[in-house]
Amino acid sequence: MFFRFFKNLSKSLTLLFIFVATPSLNADWFDLNMTRGTTEISNEVFELHMLIFWICVVIGLLVFSVMFYSMWAHTKKKNPVPATFHENHKLEIAWTIIPFLILIAMAVPASKTLVKIYDDEAGDINIQVTGYQWKWQYRYLEDDVSFFANLSTDLDEIYNLVPKGENYLQEVDEMVVIPVGKKVRFLITANDVIHSWWMPAFAIKQDAIPGFVNTAWTVVDNPGIYRGKCTELCGKNHGFMPIVVKVVEQDEYDEWVFNKRQEAIKLAELTTKDWSTAELMERGQTVYEVNCVACHQTEGQGISGIFPALAGSEIALYEKDRHIEILMEGVQGAAMNSFDYLSEVELAAVITYSRQAWGNAEAGDGEIVIPKDIVDYKEPKI
Amino acid sequence: MTWIWATRMSGGSYYVPDQSRFPIFMAFSLFVLVMGASSTINNLDDPTSNSVYILYFGFACLFTTLFFWFRQVIKEHLAGLDSNQLKQSYVYGMAWFIFSEVMFFAAFFGALFYVRTLAVPWLAGEGEKGIGIAAVEMWQGFESTWPVIVTPDQGDGYVLAKKSMAWPGWDHALEWLPLWNTIVLLSSSVTVHFAHLGLKDGNRKKFNRFLGITVTLALIFVGLQAAEYYEAYAYYGLTLNSGIYGSTFFMLTGFHGFHVLMGGIMLAIMLARSVFAGHFEEHDHFGFEAASWYWHFVDVVWVMLFLFVYIL
Amino acid sequence: MSAVIENHHDEHHHGPAAGITRWLFTTNHKDIGTLYLWFSFAMFLIGGAMAMIIRAELFQPGMQIVEPEFYNQMITLHGLIMIFGGVMPAFVGLANWLVPMQIGAPDMALPRMNNLSFWILPFAFFILLSSLFMEGGAPNFGWTFYAPLSTTYAPPSVTFFIFSVHIMGASSIMGAINVVVTIMNMRAPGVGLMKMPLFVWSWLITAYLLIAVMPVLAGAVTMMLMDIHFGTSFFNAAGGGDPVLFQHIFWFFGHPEVYIMILPAFGIVSHIIETFSRKQLFGYSSMVWAMLSIAILSFVVWAHHMFTVGLPLAAEIFFMWATMLIAVPTGVKVFNWVATMFRGSITFETPMLFAIAFVVLFTIGGLSGLMLAIVPADFQYHDTYFVVAHFHYVLVPGAIFSIMAAVYYWIPKWTGNMYDERLGKLHFWLSFIGVNVTFFPQHFIGLAGMPRRYPDYALQFADWNMVSSVGAFLFGFSQLLFLFIVLKTVMGGKKATDQVWEGARGLEWSVASPAPYHTFSTPPKID
Ligand code: HEA
Ligand code: HEA
Ligand code: HEC
Ligand code: CUA
Ligand SMILES: [Cu+2]
Repeated sequence: MFFRFFKNLSKSLTLLFIFVATPSLNADWFDLNMTRGTTEISNEVFELHMLIFWICVVIGLLVFSVMFYSMWAHTKKKNPVPATFHENHKLEIAWTIIPFLILIAMAVPASKTLVKIYDDEAGDINIQVTGYQWKWQYRYLEDDVSFFANLSTDLDEIYNLVPKGENYLQEVDEMVVIPVGKKVRFLITANDVIHSWWMPAFAIKQDAIPGFVNTAWTVVDNPGIYRGKCTELCGKNHGFMPIVVKVVEQDEYDEWVFNKRQEAIKLAELTTKDWSTAELMERGQTVYEVNCVACHQTEGQGISGIFPALAGSEIALYEKDRHIEILMEGVQGAAMNSFDYLSEVELAAVITYSRQAWGNAEAGDGEIVIPKDIVDYKEPKI
Repeated sequence: MTWIWATRMSGGSYYVPDQSRFPIFMAFSLFVLVMGASSTINNLDDPTSNSVYILYFGFACLFTTLFFWFRQVIKEHLAGLDSNQLKQSYVYGMAWFIFSEVMFFAAFFGALFYVRTLAVPWLAGEGEKGIGIAAVEMWQGFESTWPVIVTPDQGDGYVLAKKSMAWPGWDHALEWLPLWNTIVLLSSSVTVHFAHLGLKDGNRKKFNRFLGITVTLALIFVGLQAAEYYEAYAYYGLTLNSGIYGSTFFMLTGFHGFHVLMGGIMLAIMLARSVFAGHFEEHDHFGFEAASWYWHFVDVVWVMLFLFVYIL
Repeated sequence: MSAVIENHHDEHHHGPAAGITRWLFTTNHKDIGTLYLWFSFAMFLIGGAMAMIIRAELFQPGMQIVEPEFYNQMITLHGLIMIFGGVMPAFVGLANWLVPMQIGAPDMALPRMNNLSFWILPFAFFILLSSLFMEGGAPNFGWTFYAPLSTTYAPPSVTFFIFSVHIMGASSIMGAINVVVTIMNMRAPGVGLMKMPLFVWSWLITAYLLIAVMPVLAGAVTMMLMDIHFGTSFFNAAGGGDPVLFQHIFWFFGHPEVYIMILPAFGIVSHIIETFSRKQLFGYSSMVWAMLSIAILSFVVWAHHMFTVGLPLAAEIFFMWATMLIAVPTGVKVFNWVATMFRGSITFETPMLFAIAFVVLFTIGGLSGLMLAIVPADFQYHDTYFVVAHFHYVLVPGAIFSIMAAVYYWIPKWTGNMYDERLGKLHFWLSFIGVNVTFFPQHFIGLAGMPRRYPDYALQFADWNMVSSVGAFLFGFSQLLFLFIVLKTVMGGKKATDQVWEGARGLEWSVASPAPYHTFSTPPKID
């Protein structure tokens, strides 16, 4: 009878296989294992993984083969009179001691690798990584470069309106760039809730904890683009805050840093420019879509009960000063955090946008905010 | 292997209580109570909310059910329905209940030790985990001390206290309420023990008198504690809002105070039962004993509090 | 109310009361056990339906049937309901039915409190489920509710969640106290500790774990409540607290909690393997010592859930070694089961099939647990589907299979009827295949790099996710068969003998089938 079931089992498994395999023949069916990654540490971790994996497989096979042997040989039919032994001290001692030794054999190399990973020394390049709901900020401590990285996959792809691209959900608007062969240290923290910065190719996974700073480091020798993800549940868009690191040769890196700096200077100049409402609106919409839409939604309607609507909000209609203040300081004890890390231009633009869009301009006082207002807020004239 | 309870087997027939309405009423009361509590708390800043009446109703249900339930148990006891074995069950039950209370306090003590020895120094940039904090210059100017008066955010979001409740030095020892509280509570443990001795000797007067003193001491303790809180809020600016020191201080002493209140009420009920109904016998008074165990437990917790919250 | 006093003892101890009051006011351990079991089954269906929503959303990449916000509510409620509503009450129900019968007691030690422990649960889960309809939605921060996502950033329903956890915890503590007291105080003369059936032992230890850790959970949610509404800063660095403190407290509860969900299973499986191998259990006393060691060790391994939070090196190493150590006593148990089967005289009735599958699949889950304990490797595994695969292997074909095995094994004793063996076997095979098709591929997706708690994923994970979803639907629908089998057995069927199974031993098999409403009104004689 037992065998009849086995036959049924294999039949149904085959059927099932055919059923699920047909629709997806373009498959990466053989993405079964951990990847080696690209650094020395990640390779070591991979080896460790394979070691413990095979040990577990062997133990499993041993245990199961004895068990299946009894199920085959010691059925009531073949062995009507059961044996009566129920204790055997030598055996019991053996199967306590031997697993213990096996464990030590696993734990020792693991501890060694771990000690290597735990290295607190500063790097050649130190990058502060800050998790936000739901994007990452990178700040190069030595080079005064700082930017945000947002998911760049189109919403239409996510909602199945257009075909999905190759790097679906694994692409960002701005990559972290690091040079080859240099020790890079990441100082990982968060601004709101806990996130976790995971870059499988470097075998780094460190939680980003608000108010604390974790460290991790890597040395990458192979240029290329590496992709990772946020791995700590951080709210609604936890699945949508990927990480992309681009590893380049040193001179390319230097050039990148130079360009980044130029950009920053240009941005500063923008603050002194005269802005028209239309310009602010245009820019504001982009800022809004990147920073605010996740909570306050595309039409500014919010989500009832958690995120207030901006369309028709008293503050967006009449209270310009409070509006600036909320953006600059956040709201204590709520998900609305300070956005003071945005540039003056971006802040002015987004505030203007949310005071003008969705009929707010008509419903309220329609006042706009220019970058200078933000500068004044930061350094009030006495 | 012999364990004490292995020898305490009773021979006779078991007592199985009849159906009872109390448990489901009690479950319902708890339901009303927590629904009321949740909605009250969620509507704290809405003065028009009526949720608090649900909470009151829940409490009323709970106390009513408890009253009748205990009355029933006492009646059954007086009718001689509970076998020795059942009494033994109450003994074990109470012991394990107290163990669960110990673990509840352990969570808060654990939190206290954790922040004191690990989190606060780290936040100040010390130790293995302080390295990153120092490197990105987070919490600049925060120093690791205990009690934490200046919080890492320098009082940006939290309202800093002016002063802590810690040991003020010998000069001011006598004005220091916790010391008096300790004296009061420790002596109450002694008096409740005397009461117990009196009961065991069949000396009802001694029992009543010492139990009365114990209940009075409990009241004094709660009163002093209230005074201390008043002082903290009114003069020290020490509140739930003043960062981790205030948090641990008020939660630990607050839950302890709440337990003193419960224990005091239990003892007061025992006193009333003895004075007005003549309950308890020389060899059969677990109701009282349970309350006194609880009282000793509360006392031990206080000693821990005194050491770790006030002195060290 | 004084009825008890007037007409005590004789008349009314024979059968159940009529009508609904039998269930509402009962103090009978069997009735309460039944209530617990049905309640847990209902919760299993609800939690399972949520799992079906999860798997349907994950059937393909892209968002199709739910929004991310709702997805998070689903995983949270799924985890909470399965653990606190599905597995734990099922084990308490089994304890209610079996512990008194197995130690020769008439009932639980504190029967009225027993009823209270049960009736809190429907209310608690009503609150939890009703949060789905509250403004801002249900809790959405995962069953582990890490601060500050569950405090500052939580929807308003978190307050209801906190209080429902409070009363759930009170229920568990009371239930556990009842079990401990029953076992310590109510054993029939002659049932020494080392003569207790293993299920009783497993529950004694489980109850001890429960009493030790549920209050800690209560402490954790209380601190959350204070942080959210009353301005404390336990989990906020700005005030000198630490979000990681929450995790320490949570997992000090949480890790023993997972053993709470597996120790009773160990007890059940030991009985079943012994019975259907027709051979005395190998290594009774080492089984007891193994469970004790697991319980004690479970208090010092909690931080293995937190390897990536940035613990100091010494802590990582300590928790790694301590965690790995648990493999030794667990191994002893597995080896003992195999040795019990060895040279036995085995038959494969449904309970035995589930028990065998338990041993195999639990071991697979345990071995992947061991891999997770290796810190550097866990840096790659943590919060991926590899972890999801691990814990579903120990929970579904572990805890859930053991519960199903127990139901098939004891239902003839409960109802007096045999279940339909053919349907039972069919249920087993469907479940067995379903469970593996669902959860085995999750190892692959996890290793390949898919994080957990993601409502949507990159394209390279698509295939195995689809397989997993198909398996999940298969497994889910098979459980309706289980419902059908149980109902059919309750309503009738071949009459069971008193001993039911040829190889069964233990007090519960010495009484009539179905077991009389009050099993032992005088203590049975034990040799
Ligand atoms: C019933 C529940 C249950 C059980 C029994 C276990 C058992 C074990 N678990 Fe598991 N675990 C969970 C439920 C459970 N777990 C859950 C729910 C989570 C996730 C929580 C969340 O984040 O949501 C989790 C997560 C989890 C993690 C965290 C992973 C991460 O988030 O990164 C770790 C890490 O160490 C771990 C380890 C272990 C170990 C070592 C065991 C051991 O007890 C296993 C021991 C068993 C064996 C090893 C097999 C049999 C032994 C032999 C055949 C002997 C020979 C063996 C050797 C010598 C190797 N578990
Ligand atoms: C005992 C505990 C338990 C049990 C039994 C299960 C059972 C199942 N679990 Fe779950 N699970 C957890 C505990 C458990 N789980 C926990 C703790 C988490 C972590 C949560 C978190 O991240 O916070 C989790 C998370 C989790 C995830 C990961 C979500 C994510 O990280 O994004 C997934 C995904 O596949 C999953 C799937 C399933 C499935 C398919 C089942 C199936 O076995 C369920 C089968 C049962 C039924 C389906 C019910 C019976 C059938 C019906 C009612 C018929 C009608 C149903 C149909 C429409 C088919 N579970
Ligand atoms: C992580 C979620 C989140 C993001 C992102 C977010 N907000 Fe908010 N916002 C909130 C929440 C929650 C509140 C309600 C705070 C409270 O409790 O008063 C709020 C309140 C506000 C208010 C006050 C509305 C009122 O009527 O009370 C304004 C204005 C506002 N946000 C603007 C913005 C702008 C502009 C951005 C983008 C630059 C933004 N928010 C990004 C969550 C968010
Ligand atoms: Cu950020 Cu998950
Ligand atoms: Cu664990």
